[in-house]
Amino acid sequence: MSHAPSLNTWSDALAGFNLGWFPLGLVIVAAIPLVFIALYALTYGVYGERKISAFMQDRLGPMEVGPWGLLQTLADILKLLQKEDIVPTAADKFLFVIGPLVMFVGSFLAFVVLPFGPAFIGADLNVGLFYAIGIVALEVVGILASGWGSNNKWALYGAVRSVAQIVSYEIPASIALLCGAMMAGTLSMQQFCVAQSGPFGLLHWYLFSNPVAWLPFLIYFISSLAETNRAPFDIPEAESELVAGFFTEYTGMKFAMFFLAEYGSMFMVSGIISIVFLGGWASPLPNIGSFALNTMTSGPVWGTFWIIMKSFFFIFVQMWLRWTLPRLRVDQLMYLCWKVLTPFAFVAFVLTAVWEIYK
Amino acid sequence: MNQLTIAIIFYVFAAVTVLSAAFVVFSKNIIYSAFALLFTFFGVAALYVFLSADFIAVTQVVVYVGGILVLLLFGVMFTNTIMQTELKTDVMHVVPGTLLLLLMIAGMLYTFYTTGDWMPGETQLQGSIVQRVGFETMSRFMLPFEMASIVLLVALLGAAFLARYDKAHKNEH
Repeated sequence: MSHAPSLNTWSDALAGFNLGWFPLGLVIVAAIPLVFIALYALTYGVYGERKISAFMQDRLGPMEVGPWGLLQTLADILKLLQKEDIVPTAADKFLFVIGPLVMFVGSFLAFVVLPFGPAFIGADLNVGLFYAIGIVALEVVGILASGWGSNNKWALYGAVRSVAQIVSYEIPASIALLCGAMMAGTLSMQQFCVAQSGPFGLLHWYLFSNPVAWLPFLIYFISSLAETNRAPFDIPEAESELVAGFFTEYTGMKFAMFFLAEYGSMFMVSGIISIVFLGGWASPLPNIGSFALNTMTSGPVWGTFWIIMKSFFFIFVQMWLRWTLPRLRVDQLMYLCWKVLTPFAFVAFVLTAVWEIYK
Repeated sequence: MNQLTIAIIFYVFAAVTVLSAAFVVFSKNIIYSAFALLFTFFGVAALYVFLSADFIAVTQVVVYVGGILVLLLFGVMFTNTIMQTELKTDVMHVVPGTLLLLLMIAGMLYTFYTTGDWMPGETQLQGSIVQRVGFETMSRFMLPFEMASIVLLVALLGAAFLARYDKAHKNEH
């Protein structure tokens, strides 16, 4: 518990900063994850995904705008901003406009409990993990609003598929995370990281210190792919059958909003998996005798580095899978969820309980 | 945060809850009613947070938004003629309804004004609320907890039975 005294120091200091009656510090605390999502979605999300997919398919990817195509994303943003904002005549105007907003807010709200390092977290709730799972519900409503509001067969089918998928995969995902909560004995995201940090680095992480943790880890990883509508579970936006699923009718910045929401929730599930099973901001390096590598690489700044790197690693794996695996059929998707992942999640739950009692 | 800021935030959430609930009731379009429920549920969750009941607030979001609202929206969206349906019922009991409303308001106002101080809990909450909830469900409220789980299990079995692909029935046709 060497980090305990310095927990949440930055965000607490910011939160106490008021401008008259106006809590400016709290607004800044909320703005930091927002700016982070935008920056990461622009650089690593869009550009990185295009480059990674290109290298996996032995192509070059974007190369024209700027050196190695680095400015391609900026050009894309300029293009999106200039696009006409089309609302179809037959669409339900209100739901059509509010859909992408609700979806983005839903994906952004989960960042409240994501610790960006030991010193910064939006709110260190004692129900943090539960909140992070539950708030996804808002995203579901956003998808339904945009899918139904578009008044388009493809959009409605995409929305219905997406919601059925997210709601079903929430069950194995929640049970797998419950195993993590049992190991840590807490639901607070910061306490998860504290419980997994120590002088031996990655040996303290649940994935390596607990022989049964790999099962809930795998189950949660697979379910998280489905919850973020990523391949091989991207049937809600299956291009070959549904054009683009629930965002078929969207143009310009509303379209960009869906992408921000998707990249936001990709980072969120990667953050959750690295916090629950891989120590969050805890450094992976061990102390070797007097050579205190772990102590050197811990602290607020290093913690921020580690958690972002761990999450980026999982986002890379998500992209890797997307360009490797074919898409599942609807019935295969439901089979995998209800007849494979859910029973194994229960097995993992019992095994974790037995391990926690008799270890 | 000072008292004023907290009061402003509270009134914003209270207004969201009440106005969206009114919209649910008065809207002619059933789809809008269903979507307005989202804001009502979130407003209520926020009010729970003001009562320091974090766990209940998150449960409210999980159960009502994630479960009931999504189910409701599914039902509404799969009903083809939903936009043409006349929502008003034929039978309207205006006088008894108004009387009931006035009685309820009177009852609530009476309770509000006669309850001198709202009693603070005798034992203050120590540490994590989740831990406390866990201990209570596993000790003092064990029986209700288990009964709720049996009721849910029966509901699950019933739903699975209703949705089952009926082979015998299929062969008759």
